[in-house]
Amino acid sequence: MSPRAACRLEALGFDQVYDYTAGIADWKAAGLDTEGSEDPGLRIGDATRPDVPTSTPDETLDTVRVRTLDAGWEEAIVVDCDGVVVGRLRGSVWDGPSDQPVGTVMEAGPTTVRPDGPLHDLVKRMDKRGTALVVVSDPQGHLIGVILADDARRLAAGDPPERVWQDCEGCPGRWTNPSTERPSSGTMDP
Amino acid sequence: MTVNVDRVRLLELIAEGAQVVDVLPQAEFAAQHIPGAVNIPLKRLDGEAASVLRRDKPVVVY
Repeated sequence: MSPRAACRLEALGFDQVYDYTAGIADWKAAGLDTEGSEDPGLRIGDATRPDVPTSTPDETLDTVRVRTLDAGWEEAIVVDCDGVVVGRLRGSVWDGPSDQPVGTVMEAGPTTVRPDGPLHDLVKRMDKRGTALVVVSDPQGHLIGVILADDARRLAAGDPPERVWQDCEGCPGRWTNPSTERPSSGTMDP
Repeated sequence: MTVNVDRVRLLELIAEGAQVVDVLPQAEFAAQHIPGAVNIPLKRLDGEAASVLRRDKPVVVY
């Protein structure tokens, strides 16, 4: 629909016309806020912590292990130079050679979820599979944060975010971009 | 010539003052839309409807 709209605007004399072809589905999948009457309910983005330790593939395992443990975590997410998730460091991976680049020992290609999915459904899946942590990314794979099972369960059960995240800088984790904040919106009804 | 943009470029254009136009039907716009967008349903997109848009600023449709 939008290509036709763009074409029509050009025919009307507009010379700076852009088409966001991915549309609002892509916008929501990146965890960006929307306006409107629809109540989205609790979403994965509402339970996403952005403070998970990260590393790049070329850092040594020992460097990342120290940083991760110092931050009070047992797991780190490996991202490339564009912030795209490429791996996870957890469990027995930490026992590998300390001088190895993490890119050679990480669990490559971890499963990720989008922030606009329903939180309750994810909690059920995590409980069923005994999953403690799930990586949250945008549709292009850029890291947004992680969901911890305990956080997600408490939020889904109605615990207020300020109680769930007393220790988390940047939580509740919904990824927002100040540049998307616009003063008003409206419907054109000729 | 229309330029297709991704979300990153859209955010840049918004920051630069672009006008975002949701061309979906009014009911869909009312339910959910990008913050700051205006709704001009495709079926109504003519010269009169487009008169609410500034021609000196970029227009992004979705």
